[in-house]
Amino acid sequence: MLDRHEILEKRGLLLSVAILVVVAIGGIVEIAPLFYLESTIEKVKGVRPYSPLELAGRNIYLREGCYTCHSQMVRPLRDEVERYGHYSLAAESMYDHPFQWGSKRTGPDLARVGGKYSDAWHQQHLVDPRSVVPESVMPPYAMLNERALDYSQVEAWLKANRVVGVPYTDEMIENAKNDLEAQVDPFSEIYDDFIARYPKAQIREFDGDPRKITEMDAMIAYLQVLGTMVDFSTYEAEENYR
Amino acid sequence: MSDKEIDQPTGVETTGHEWDGIKELNNPLPRWWLIILWISIVWSVVYWILMPSWPGISGHFAGIRGHSDRENVAIAISALETERSAQMQQLKSVSSINDIESDPQLLQFVLEAGESMFGDNCATCHGAGGQGFKGYPALVDDAWLWGGTLDNISKTLHHGIRSTHPESRLSVMQAYGELGVFNGDQINDMVEYVVNLSGRDANADAVARATPLYQQQCVSCHGVDGTGDQTQGAPNLTDAIWLYGGERSEIYETIKNGREGVMPHWTDRLTDEQITALAVYVHSLGGGE
Repeated sequence: MLDRHEILEKRGLLLSVAILVVVAIGGIVEIAPLFYLESTIEKVKGVRPYSPLELAGRNIYLREGCYTCHSQMVRPLRDEVERYGHYSLAAESMYDHPFQWGSKRTGPDLARVGGKYSDAWHQQHLVDPRSVVPESVMPPYAMLNERALDYSQVEAWLKANRVVGVPYTDEMIENAKNDLEAQVDPFSEIYDDFIARYPKAQIREFDGDPRKITEMDAMIAYLQVLGTMVDFSTYEAEENYR
Repeated sequence: MSDKEIDQPTGVETTGHEWDGIKELNNPLPRWWLIILWISIVWSVVYWILMPSWPGISGHFAGIRGHSDRENVAIAISALETERSAQMQQLKSVSSINDIESDPQLLQFVLEAGESMFGDNCATCHGAGGQGFKGYPALVDDAWLWGGTLDNISKTLHHGIRSTHPESRLSVMQAYGELGVFNGDQINDMVEYVVNLSGRDANADAVARATPLYQQQCVSCHGVDGTGDQTQGAPNLTDAIWLYGGERSEIYETIKNGREGVMPHWTDRLTDEQITALAVYVHSLGGGE
C-alpha cells in the first residue's frame, strides 16, 4: 500500500480529488457544528444587541486594538471567578461580530468591567492611565476626549451586524442616529422609546461634557455595559454545564 | 518490498525514485521517534473516549469521564465557601466592630480577606494602600465625607455614592459658576472665603464680600463654620484635606463647575459578608471612627 504512492502522485486529477476528500473531513468536523449553534448558546435573559452608542464604542475598541492587551473572557477557573465574577457565557458574546474574547492578558480582563468603576474614573484612566494606576503600562488615549464621534454611518453599522445575525429591527436601524444621541441626553424626548428598544441601557453624559458627543462618550458607554446584560438570577447553571 | 534495489555503499534500500541517476535512500525513521508517534496516536484515541470531543447533530459526545469545566469551577468555589463558612457565618451576625476585634482569629481572617478584595476592587481608584488620588478619597486619614464608622463605610460600599443603585447616597455640589449663581468675581471672593476657612492667609476684603453669599448658598451643606455634614457627604472645609485640590485655582474650578464624584455600588458583585470584611479592612486602614 505505502509503496503505491505513484498511483496518486502521477495522476493530477486523482490527487486533487483525494486532497479535497481529506480537507472536507476536516471541514465537516470544524464547520458543521456551526450549523446547530443553538445548542451551544445558553438560554439566558437580558442579552440584547448593543445600542448604537455602545456599538460605536465597540468600533473604537476594535480600532484602537484594545483586544491586543485585554481579553473579554472570564474563564471557568476559581481564581478568575473570585476576581472578576461569574465566568463568561457564550450567550454574552452572541451579538459580538467578531467576538472580543482575546487571548493576550497584559491588562485585566474586561468581560465584567461594566459598573465596576465610575465614568469619571474611566475617563481619567483613558486620558492618563498612570494618574490612577501608577504601575500601569497602558498607553494613554487622551484623544478620545477631543475627537467628536463620527456616527454618520451608524445605520450602516447596524445593518452590517444584521447581515451576520444580530437581530436589529427596521425600527432600530431607522432610529439609530436619534438613539445614539438619546443615550447621552437624560432629558431626551425619545427616552421611553429608546429604553424600550434597548432595555436597561444606561443614559447619561458619560464624559461629563454635554456640548458634544465624543469618542470618549461612546467608549465609556461600551465599557459600562460589558458583562452587565445577563440576568444571573434566572440563569440555570447546572443545565449549562459543559 | 523484497524486490527493492539495495544501495551498495550504504546497504540501505532505495525508494525506487530516480532523478538522472540520483536515487533516494529509504532510511527507516528513528525508533524513539516512531514510538512517541504511536503513543501519541493511541493517547489521542483514549482522550476522545474520556473527554468531551466529537460534535454530533444535537450536541457533543460528553466523554465517559463526564468532564465539565463549569461543574469543576462550581465545585472549587463551593469548596472555598465551605472552607470560609465558619467565619462567614460569624460575620453574618456581627453587629459592631467590637464583635470582630474581640475575636483575634476572626479579625485576622477579615483583614486578610478584606485586603485581597481591596486589591481586586478598590485599589484601582483609592490606591493600593488606600492613599487616594485627586477625586478619589484617601481612606487612611480620618476625614470622611459620608462617615467613617463601620456602618457608614458598609452602607457606602453596599449602595455606592451617586451610583445606579436605587438607595445610593446622593448629594450635589452644584456648578455655581456654570449655572450662573455666582459670577466670576463672586467665585474669586468665595475662593478667598474657603482659603480663609482652612486657616490660610486670605484677602480680608474678599472674605467680607463673600460672607453673605456663603450664608445664602453654602451653609445648608457645609455648615455655618464650614466643618461640613457627613449626612450629606459635604466635606469639611476647615481642614487641610482636599479631595479636588486646595490650590486657589482648584477651588475656583470646584465652585465653578461643581463636583459629583461617583462611587459604584457593590451589592451586585460582593456578598454582604464580603462587604462587611471589606468595611472592617477599610476601617482598619487608619482612619476608622
